[in-house]
Formats: sequence, C-alpha cells, structure tokens
Amino acid sequence: MKLYEYQGKELFEKYKIPVPKGKLVKNDDDFSGLHFPFVLKAQVPIGGRGKAGGIKIVENLNDAKEKLLHIMGMDIKGFIVRKVLAEEKVDTKKELYLSISLDRTKRMPLIMISGQGGMDIESVADELIFKEWINPLIGLQPFHIRELFSKLKLDKAEGKEFSKIISNIYKLFRNYDCELVEINPLIIRADGGLMALDSKVIINDDAMYRHSDIIPEHVELTSLEKDAKEKGISFIQLDGNIGVIANGAGLTMATLDALTHYNGKGGVFLDLGGTDDPEKVKQAFELMKKAKPKVIFLNLFGGITKCDTVAKGVKAVIEKEGIDCPVITRIKGMNESAAKDILKDAGLITGTTLQDAAEKSSSLAR
Amino acid sequence: MSIFVDKNNKVLVQGATGHQGVFHIGEMLNFGTKVVAGVTPGKAGEEVHSVPVFDNVKAAVEETGADTSLILVPARFAKDAVFEALDTTIKTVVVITENIPFHDAMEFVHYAKYKNAILIGPNCPGIASPGKTKIGILPGNIFKVGNVGVASRSGTLTYEIVNSLTEKGIGQSTCVGLGGDPIIGTTFIDALDAFEKDKETKSIVLVGEIGGTAEEDAAEYITEHISKPVFAFIAGRTAPSGKRMGHAGAIIARGKGTAESKIKAFDKADVKLAKFPTDIADLVEKFG
Repeated sequence: MKLYEYQGKELFEKYKIPVPKGKLVKNDDDFSGLHFPFVLKAQVPIGGRGKAGGIKIVENLNDAKEKLLHIMGMDIKGFIVRKVLAEEKVDTKKELYLSISLDRTKRMPLIMISGQGGMDIESVADELIFKEWINPLIGLQPFHIRELFSKLKLDKAEGKEFSKIISNIYKLFRNYDCELVEINPLIIRADGGLMALDSKVIINDDAMYRHSDIIPEHVELTSLEKDAKEKGISFIQLDGNIGVIANGAGLTMATLDALTHYNGKGGVFLDLGGTDDPEKVKQAFELMKKAKPKVIFLNLFGGITKCDTVAKGVKAVIEKEGIDCPVITRIKGMNESAAKDILKDAGLITGTTLQDAAEKSSSLAR
Repeated sequence: MSIFVDKNNKVLVQGATGHQGVFHIGEMLNFGTKVVAGVTPGKAGEEVHSVPVFDNVKAAVEETGADTSLILVPARFAKDAVFEALDTTIKTVVVITENIPFHDAMEFVHYAKYKNAILIGPNCPGIASPGKTKIGILPGNIFKVGNVGVASRSGTLTYEIVNSLTEKGIGQSTCVGLGGDPIIGTTFIDALDAFEKDKETKSIVLVGEIGGTAEEDAAEYITEHISKPVFAFIAGRTAPSGKRMGHAGAIIARGKGTAESKIKAFDKADVKLAKFPTDIADLVEKFG
C-alpha cells in the first residue's frame, strides 16, 4: 500500500528523521501557525506532480487561498487531489538521495545512496549510486554504513547525521514491513543539517494486519478495486472492454494475453483463485457486472477445483441476477463435460480451446 | 531420479487438522507420498487418515523420522512454523501458504540457506514427481511418468500445461511450483541446475510471468550451463506497468519485470517460447 507523502513524513518523524514543519490544509482557517512564504503540495500517489502544477509556493494569504483552491480537486494523471499538505519553505544547499528497497534476486533489503538527489534515480548514472545489501539475519551493521560512505564524500557532521538517518530508515523499513522507503531529495539545508523534503513509503499489503496505526486508504486503487479487496477477491481494472474471470493469477494473465493476440482488450482481471464456493463466485460476478464489460470471458482449469461446482455457481448467479452481456466460457480439467452442459443450459457460449474462446470474445467485443 | 524430492521423502504436514490439511493429506496418500506425521499445536493424539498428529515438529520428527515438512498454516503463523521445521533435522520445506509478509519470507529463506535446507515457495502449489511423490496441493490426476522437467511461478497455469503434455502422451520427471511471491526459496536457476544433472530429465519447461528478473537470470544461466532443450511460456505480456497482477510478485515496477525483456532474454538463450500455454506441448513434441 502506497502512503501519501504526509503519512510517510509522520512515520519519518516517529523515527527521528527531520522533516519540514507542516500540516494538512482544507481551507484558509487552517493556515494559522504557518509562516509565509510556505509551500502547498498536492497529495497524490504518483510522481510528476510538480510538473503538473501540484506544488506551489505561496507568498501571502490571498495567494495561498487562490492556489489552494486551484490545487484542491485537480486531476493529476487520473488522481483527484483531495488532500493538500502545507509546509515551511526550506532553503537547500545540496540534494542527496536515500532509499531502501527489496532486491528480489538477492532476497535482501538494498540501501542506495547518491549525491545526485532531486531527480528520478533511474536517470542517475550507475557509478554515482552507491549500494549496500543487508542480510536480514545480521541486520544493518556499522560496517555497511562505512562502506556506503567510503564513496560518498560528506563532511564529518553531515556524515554523522546521514548515518543516523540511514539506521533509522532501516528500522522503519523493517518494523513497518516496507517494500520501499525513499527520500528524494534528502537535503542539506542552507543553514546546516539534513532534512527529508519528500517521502515515498510503500507498505507490504500482506503485512498491513500488524500495522493498525496506518489507516489503509489504498490511494492507488479504484473504488471497485477497493470493494474487491475488502471481499478478498483479486480484481484489477484495465483499459479494455472484456472482463476476464479465471482461476489462478498466471492463467488469468495468460487469458488476457490470448485476447490481445486476437485484437481484443481486457478490461478486468478477476482471479477466482482456488475457490469453487458459490458465494465467492456470486460476488465475483456482481463485481464484474459493476465494471460494465462488453463481454465476459470465463476461463477455468479444474485441478483440485471441480469445474462443475464452479459452473453451478455461475448458473445460479445468472439465473437469479441476470447478466446483460454475452458470456464466453472455456472449461478444461476435472469434470469438464458436466460443467459444459451446465453452462450451455444457462445460455452461455462455450469455446472449445483457449484460442477459440479468446477469438470469439474479441470479435464480440468489437 | 527426480529433482529435490523422491519416493523416500518422509513428509510431515504442519497445519494437518484444518480443512486443507485433511483434504491434501488424503490426496498425497493416494498419490503414494509417504506422509508420516501431522503437526497441529494442541491436537496431539489425533489422527488424519490414520496419520498420527503431534503437538510440535520436534516430537513428530523424533517419533516418525520425518525429513520433509509441508507448510499449510495461515500466513500469520507461517514464519514461526517454517523456523520450527528448520530448527530440527528437516532438510526440505515446502511452503504453500499465500500472503506471507515478504519480510518474514526473507528471514526464513536466509535461515534455510544457513541450515543447508531446500525451501520451496512460499505461495506455491508444491512439487510432484509422477510415480514417486507429491508434496503439495497439485492435482494428482494430471501427471504421467516421463522425461520433461517443469518449473513454474504459477499454479493453475502449470496444471494446464502439464495436463496438455499428458494428453499428448508426454510425461514429466518432476514438476516444481516455485511460487508467485517476490521472495522465494528455490529459483529457476536452482531448478535448471537440478534438471541438468537429473538423468531422467530430457527437456525442461519454464513457466514465467512478469515481475522481477528471474527469467532474465535464468536465460543467462541457460546459455552458460544448460545443454538440454528448454521451452518457456511467459504470462502477462499485456499487463500494464504498476499493477500487481494477482501474484504479489507479478508487477512491473520502475521499468523492470516486463514480458518483453524476458522474451528477449529467452530468445537470446535459444529457448523456444510458446504463444499460448497449451502450445508448450506441441513444441516439446516437435523439438523435445
């Protein structure tokens, strides 16, 4: 789960990482306690908000009112701004970069630092990024930090402060089950001292249960996706018009790929998982209907899950709730023929192979 | 021969008395797996399909000589369960459980390495060697004894591919589900290395998907170390960037993990790629 910048900064404060003084503002009543000039920052879970006009420096009360009105409700790459952070303006001497992420190949946290802060780390030359991998069995040790600093030249006081920030960020990364903690830029202030000007924190969804202090807003999800998440259904909205229901994430992805091969385009990824529970099947179809696809493509492989049990669930939903778009099915595996009979009986179109069903779905969706 | 497991593995099941545990102990026994013990805290003395249940792994190992553990416990208790198994003489751990926080997985994967144990998963269907053993939740009826080694990041998609091989009369040596999480214990490279050494395996099928660089790493390894023919399917060619496609590990993040990059890497390594999952069987028939 991606946190908003302000939520990330709240965690930074908890871990003694200096951040600018600031607060969320809704209207001009909230400006009290802030000293002009200050900065208004749109809270969206996506980069590039500065360029989109989501960050503004304000000089006085009228300026602040006007710019807040402008930013609030703004559409930044599909995200409507509902929260604005007002922060003191800090003068910068130098911009640094610090992140801890997960290295999947080495299966360890990876610390990256650079003297080239402020820009997208992808565009920084590799030799200017210094990396250290931390074996979770030993954790972060002082030698890791010494190695990092042997390459990045900082004066003594700054180095000392930076190393404290690294060890605190590592604690935050581990304690809060983070996928990513990034501070970009981490600045050296004109008047000395380090400060995190931005925050990017992603917490592993699977670990949210042990972080009840974080309000799960799932800012990056659509409202239907949020609804699905609450029901424990793996559901993703895409930009096509064919709703795909399959069992297993790999098979669902492969089904979307097959549609593309026939110039069709998936609009929903819905993974039933290993379930043949009629209630789950019903919920899945209800969600799918709300996404309003032009065609639904149901692709099942029955291994442990029996095809006919799922088919019965599907038939029951369609007979009870009705469905106003064509449903193409392709069924393979355990009790396949019984399942096909049930679905035909429910008025659904059955394809013989994945290719056949994908072709049918794609042409109907055109 | 087979890879990682064979008919001699003595399996204990952690989470034996739940719905899943009871069902899959039965399925494994039907397949011929030596299931010797179950473990559920507080349920010592019970039996599941005549398999004795113990309170803890240590007692089960002492009584039955189990050397392999299958983890079916809920995600919140998985780290504890895996550590408990690894802290005995158990040398193979198969973790089926889904939604384990990856920080937990990171810890037990490194602990397994330190203990010189094989850890398969998490979030995987397990491993099956037709005619010998099945440790996991893979459907037993899709397999056939033969010479194709299969390693995969997904579940159902693998069943589909194995089933289409079997329908063509092509059997399998071992089929291992590596898991759909970003952090897994056994990788494509581990499986490739084992299949290359295994005399019964004549050709290898890899089922990959978007996210991470496991396929790219495998392609490089194939070029340098693998002499047997390799076939592959990659799921998620049309998945958008930044969306987690069902599996925790299936996400294109910061430009990394795209299907194009994986397809390019496999092409370069002379791996034959299938457009549709069931095409794998045609390719193996033709070139395997």
